[in-house]
Amino acid sequence: MTVYLVRRLGFLVISFAIAMVVLFLLLRVLPGDPANALLSVNATQEQIDAARAQVGADLPLFQQFTDWFGGVLSLDLGSSFISSLPVGPEIAARMSVTIPLTLLSFALALLIALPAGFIAAVRADRWYGILLSGFSQLGIAVPVFWVGMLLVNVFAVNLRWLPSGGFPRDDWANPGAALTSLALPVITIALVMSASLTRYIRSATLDVIGSDYLRSARAQGASFSGAFWRHGLRNGIVPVISILGIELATTFLGAVVVESVFTLPGLGSMLLTAIQQHDYPNIQGILLVSTLLVLVIGFLADVAQRLIDPRLRTSISGNGIR
Amino acid sequence: MTAVTPSDATQHVSPRLKGRRRSRTLAIGIAFVGLIVAVALVSLVWLPYEPSDTSGGRLESPSWEHWIGTDKFGRDLLTQLMIGARIAITVGCGAVAVGATIGITIGLVAAFAKPWLDDTISATLDVLIAFPVLLLAMLIVAAQGASLGTAILAIGIALSAVVARLTRILASQVLRAQYVTAARTSGTRWFGIVGQHVLPNIWPTLGVNLALLFGAAVLAEASLSYLGLGAPPPNASWGRMLQEAQATFTTAPAGAIAPGIALVILVVGVNFIADGLRDLADPTRKRSR
Repeated sequence: MTVYLVRRLGFLVISFAIAMVVLFLLLRVLPGDPANALLSVNATQEQIDAARAQVGADLPLFQQFTDWFGGVLSLDLGSSFISSLPVGPEIAARMSVTIPLTLLSFALALLIALPAGFIAAVRADRWYGILLSGFSQLGIAVPVFWVGMLLVNVFAVNLRWLPSGGFPRDDWANPGAALTSLALPVITIALVMSASLTRYIRSATLDVIGSDYLRSARAQGASFSGAFWRHGLRNGIVPVISILGIELATTFLGAVVVESVFTLPGLGSMLLTAIQQHDYPNIQGILLVSTLLVLVIGFLADVAQRLIDPRLRTSISGNGIR
Repeated sequence: MTAVTPSDATQHVSPRLKGRRRSRTLAIGIAFVGLIVAVALVSLVWLPYEPSDTSGGRLESPSWEHWIGTDKFGRDLLTQLMIGARIAITVGCGAVAVGATIGITIGLVAAFAKPWLDDTISATLDVLIAFPVLLLAMLIVAAQGASLGTAILAIGIALSAVVARLTRILASQVLRAQYVTAARTSGTRWFGIVGQHVLPNIWPTLGVNLALLFGAAVLAEASLSYLGLGAPPPNASWGRMLQEAQATFTTAPAGAIAPGIALVILVVGVNFIADGLRDLADPTRKRSR
């Protein structure tokens, strides 16, 4: 296990390095000049050159990369082209909205999906099992921002139960107010996320129910629930955990989109503004931090899987199929 | 499949009923997608109004003149919805084509490659897959500027990582089969193996997943457009229609609901087709619904 941990950590570091290169190249090699952010449409050549020098776009590509890479290693993500504010602290401030939003949504989605997926599988022939499957089919086809729009209209505009958007100016100074303004966004994301989670949990449960080992246990006299909890849970949960890692990352993205429905001052709205303004340091910084989070989640999911299922402990990369 | 079946709770559904439900899934899927495709095709030859015609009253409710009302500029919403169908299907097909071309190529290369190259490609793909489709697409749009072509390209590239990993896993399973070893020892070249053994064997699973990715592409385009990063006006994408209608939800709900329903019909339809095809392609698979 120690050897595995070390190798998997090494894989994490290499993945992060690859991600940095990909991020950098996607932004720089594709057409479009970082200096455009600073310029009006009818800028003179001198102005263009000055702007390029100011943002460092006149340096060779490799040197731009090493400058950025070195900065990241010393935890300096650079400064915004537009506001000249340092990127790192700004991202940290935005995280105080996005991280709670993501985690609360994910927790609520799991609370809905675990029983729903289990019931949809075990009671696949009853009307409520079929209904749950139907809802999960619908849920994976609905755009998350539209669900947000509908919920706002019902619960904020018509019923006036919850605020339709925004976030307290003093952040978490008043936790009650902050949580209230997160309520509708959290419900929105959780509803949509729980649909795909329900499907995975349902199919994992079905796999367990149809498995040979469960049949053997039943043949030896174990009750269905006894066999399920003793053998099924541990076997069935392994594929679910790797999905959970991916789904948590997707929840994070759902947060990015939903923030713009509810005008929350999170990472998503920062990214959107940065993209509209071609503010490369901000875009790079946000995506870098998101990548790191996503990779760490994947790392934790893999380690958790190995802890539960010793059969997986031989392969390095996540999928285990060679 | 064995003759003896376990006596668990799911056995109450008779095989015949299951078969019927399966074909019903496929039929509903084809009907839903067919409806949207038909609307998109009609929009090519006939539209109720010119897209830029602002002769209607502002934010009119549904009437005989304007079936789902008008937007805040007095433009007919049905006209926009029909154009939106065309855009959604264009983006879906385009993005899946881009994603499949890049993804299948990379996946096959990885499956055939030496272990170190395979590992490198796999590691890169794992990183890319960890990124949600939309975030990658946003990144590419950020660099390229928003347009319909960029949206297709961006979503296609973002999907290609998923296709590549799936292709690699499926192809390397086929490559380990004894009939491939037999083909290799009898002198078949790699392109022969790809054409005769790998592609025909992986195609059913791959096709089902490409159908699912079509749905993902349509949703991603809607999100991009909603965020203002999709096709710019005059392209009436459903995502942009929803974004424009959001502010006037209470006064003109039809405009904020109709595009969403159209989106759901298309994506549910495609997912149903994928489910139905999976059951057709793999009759041994039990209880997929």
